[in-house]
Amino acid sequence: MKFLSSATDVVGDRWRALPKATRGLLTVVLVAGLAVLPMVQIPLLNTPQTDFPSLLFDKIGLYVLMGIGLNVVVGKAGLLDLGYVAFFAIGGYTMAQMGTLLHWSFWVILPLGVAIAMSAGAILGLPTLRLRGDYLAIVTLGFGEIIRITAVNVGWLGANRGVSNIPWPSAIGPLNFEDILNPKPFYWVLLALIILVIWLLKRIDRSRVGRAWEAIREDEDAAELMGVQTLKFKLWAFSIGAGIGGMGGVLFASKVGFISPDNFPLTLSVLFLAIVVLGGSGNIPGVVIGALAISYIPERLRGFSEYRVLMFGAALVIMMNLRPQGLLPRRVRGKVSTDV
Amino acid sequence: MNFSTLTSQFGALTFDGLVLGAIYALVALGYTLVYGVLRLINFAHSEIFMLGTFAALLSARAIGLNTDSKPRTGLALVGTFLLVTIVAMAVSGVAAVLLERIAYRGLRRRGAGRLTVLISAIGASLFLQEAVALWRGRNYETFPRFLKKDVWFTVFGAEIRSDKVLILVSAVIMMIALERFVSLTRLGRGIRAVAQNQDTSVLMGVNIDRVVTLTFLIGGLMAGFAGSLNEVYFEQTRFSIGIVLGVKAFTAAVLGGIGNLRGALLGGLVLGVVESYGAAVFGGSWKDVVAFVVLVLVLMFRPSGLLGETLQKARA
Amino acid sequence: MKNSFRSTVGVLAASALALGGLVALGAPAQAAMPKGCKALTLGFFGALTGDAGNLGKNISQGAELAVAQYGLGANKVKVDFVSFDSQGDPAQAPALAQSAIKNKCLVGIIGPAFSGESKAANPIFQRGGLSLITPSATNPTLSQQNWTIFHRALGTDAIQGSMGAKYIKSIFKPSKVAVIDDASEYGKGLADVVAKSLGSLVVTRTSLDPKSPDFSSTVSQIKAGAATVVYYGGYYAEAGRLVKQLRDAGATASFVSGDGTLDPGFVTAGGSATDGAVVTCACAPIDTTVPGRAFKAAYKARFGVKDGTYSPEAFDAANFFLAAIKAGNTTRASINKYVSTKSSVGITKTLKFDKTGEVSGGAIFAYVYKGGQNKASLIK
Repeated sequence: MKFLSSATDVVGDRWRALPKATRGLLTVVLVAGLAVLPMVQIPLLNTPQTDFPSLLFDKIGLYVLMGIGLNVVVGKAGLLDLGYVAFFAIGGYTMAQMGTLLHWSFWVILPLGVAIAMSAGAILGLPTLRLRGDYLAIVTLGFGEIIRITAVNVGWLGANRGVSNIPWPSAIGPLNFEDILNPKPFYWVLLALIILVIWLLKRIDRSRVGRAWEAIREDEDAAELMGVQTLKFKLWAFSIGAGIGGMGGVLFASKVGFISPDNFPLTLSVLFLAIVVLGGSGNIPGVVIGALAISYIPERLRGFSEYRVLMFGAALVIMMNLRPQGLLPRRVRGKVSTDV
Repeated sequence: MNFSTLTSQFGALTFDGLVLGAIYALVALGYTLVYGVLRLINFAHSEIFMLGTFAALLSARAIGLNTDSKPRTGLALVGTFLLVTIVAMAVSGVAAVLLERIAYRGLRRRGAGRLTVLISAIGASLFLQEAVALWRGRNYETFPRFLKKDVWFTVFGAEIRSDKVLILVSAVIMMIALERFVSLTRLGRGIRAVAQNQDTSVLMGVNIDRVVTLTFLIGGLMAGFAGSLNEVYFEQTRFSIGIVLGVKAFTAAVLGGIGNLRGALLGGLVLGVVESYGAAVFGGSWKDVVAFVVLVLVLMFRPSGLLGETLQKARA
Repeated sequence: MKNSFRSTVGVLAASALALGGLVALGAPAQAAMPKGCKALTLGFFGALTGDAGNLGKNISQGAELAVAQYGLGANKVKVDFVSFDSQGDPAQAPALAQSAIKNKCLVGIIGPAFSGESKAANPIFQRGGLSLITPSATNPTLSQQNWTIFHRALGTDAIQGSMGAKYIKSIFKPSKVAVIDDASEYGKGLADVVAKSLGSLVVTRTSLDPKSPDFSSTVSQIKAGAATVVYYGGYYAEAGRLVKQLRDAGATASFVSGDGTLDPGFVTAGGSATDGAVVTCACAPIDTTVPGRAFKAAYKARFGVKDGTYSPEAFDAANFFLAAIKAGNTTRASINKYVSTKSSVGITKTLKFDKTGEVSGGAIFAYVYKGGQNKASLIK
């Protein structure tokens, strides 16, 4: 395991050492490669039983997005959220209800879903972010369950019947979403959104907000003493994370066309958390690796279907014990000499 | 919203809620102890409970009880109960100690972050669930009834039944015994010392590993006891019964004040009763929502839980 | 046993596809087989693992038996059998359905087993023109979606619910009924139909949380309402638990439930409290007919366990597809046409689907429990 950690450190160092132009070029190449991925048939990469391009969207891509969102809450601000699936659900049901009842376009509902999820995050956060960390865990867990149970019991949300015939996005540019057998347009939209979110987050990271989060994460009491308005910044982290979760939910509902409360169990929240921690919370490449591991491996293992979950559980214990800081841990930021 | 049941069946709802709450309380003890000492949410504690239920079930079968058996009386009854319970406690206790050894000890020694330990806990929880599912299958298994469940008398509509009384009384006795242990014995002092300040305890000569093992063991024993009582009351089990109960028990621990033993008891009982009332007023499918809302309200006004934290303060 | 079987089937399916490349090397020309297929494939779609794995397994094995028996006969066209394990999860269903569609040799689906996953997967099957016969998804709205590939081999919950209410009224003649459900789509849907049919007889109408072991509040509510009949819409494990807790609390009301309760697990969970319980089902009791008994024996011989709920319906569904194949149909379109227009005599009933895919003659039976066994009678 030592080898792996030094290998990733070396890669990280080399990456940082590259001139900016080269890094930009490599990023473009990477993005292009990702865009082309669903059209390429890589034999070893393929998952038995499940359609790989579908998987790219349904599981891997969405998990990456959700991981990035939860990372803001858990990794950057250090808040333990065990109910992240709630925001995924809120986004999903927003799309479902507005799509089927109001017949609005996906492109209109998407920002709305994000906004509603963000508000939900703020509403949940206001009374609860004052609580000490591990209390927050159970409260957020409760919130996730409350959302799910509400969806189960409220008639106009479809109850356990769910909501069907959720419309797909209207065509945009050359992209046509009508063919339900073709997940590629969805994948590209998702990829574009992920890149957008990553870019936005990087900017926030470098701003005062990002620094405040780091301070809160490292030692909340000290931060408070130094004049950081911890509650305000915690709320921001919570809301932004919630918004990203909602984004994923809107996409999910529009692609699958049918959602029900069964899509949003507690286990999913746990899985999202595992993604963040496994990858090495706090940094985006880490989250991506974590999402890949958690979404891809169980599908690849479908041949062992009986033992899938067993192996997954064991893998989590083993991986944490072998590499407690995660696969790609974040680098502790050195002193920032600019004005605070 | 239906208040008529609440008013007409108030006694029954309260009493039944207390009985369920007693089981929650016993499991909550495990969560609260481990959290108090290690600041760790032992996600896999629910599976320790589940293993206890299976141990109870299999030991009952081993002595020849099956669903057609006649209920026992007198000494045979006491003997059966003791056997089943002790086996359950032993199995859960050992399982808890092993769990600590395998999933947490290495991380604790290396000072790993609490998120890492949490994920390890989650992995252990999944592993144990699936292992039992693969071993016993995914169907419910029924526990034989060896205690005749007759109603002794009724008070305000509450049916005072033999098994219910057994659960309430034994849970309270266990709780008192545990509290005595923690406050009066040397081992108990060690637990409280480590809970208060780990580093200083080491300096004062406390063997951390031994204390941690003991903490997990006690939590496991309590969970095993709860498992046995659960079988007597509900008479069924399967690989997944830990999940729901675990969340409830952890909620109870937080409600009462995490790290606080009496808080675990109070939290458990309160949660059981709140659920009972909530189900009657809002319908069974809403009762978890009621429970969580109550939790949030309590925490808003008493951020450290109903009785606060005595074993140690919660970490930010 | 399950695991090695599934990997065997997986190998069979894979080799069926791989060998397709060798067709040019002289395999005898079949009547317009899909390109590259040495054999046709029928598939089961539903839960084989996960919480509901039991129900799925019964169905999968029933279909598999039919395919196996077909293989023993002298048939020109070979037919393989695959399983798609969706775990009953509507979230997993679409991706799985997509990969099913891509398998060109796959010409018929027995399933999807549950109504929830049907809603997610059927649009995809429709797109791929892949005919399906579900032996168990009973949600009435499924046949109203204009899916030409949809066929249902048994009566819907709408019929089951109204017949259940009829039974309650005629047999028990109650003045007060309590209707409980487990908030699931199936359970609540069924309970709603029953409650509507019973009208003002219903004094208690509520949902319970099936995941909770403790139904004491619900039991208290039922006792408060003083109902003489309790109807439960939900599944066998909770039904058994509920009836046991009812009896332990001293409630003597009669207990009636729907086909989700028709499983040995009901007796395992409920014990002696199940005596006198009545369970309705669109599934026919087959142990009184010769073909039915033959099926039961063959099932036991092949799988080592007794057949379960909907195994016979799955058997009939698969045989309908096989009849289409025997008649010379080898493409998805022609098989779907055959199944939609012709009829097939099965061990449960004669399968003849109307324009929306519903089967005619959906009779409902009442199974009365005593001493752990049940006896069926037709509800008229």
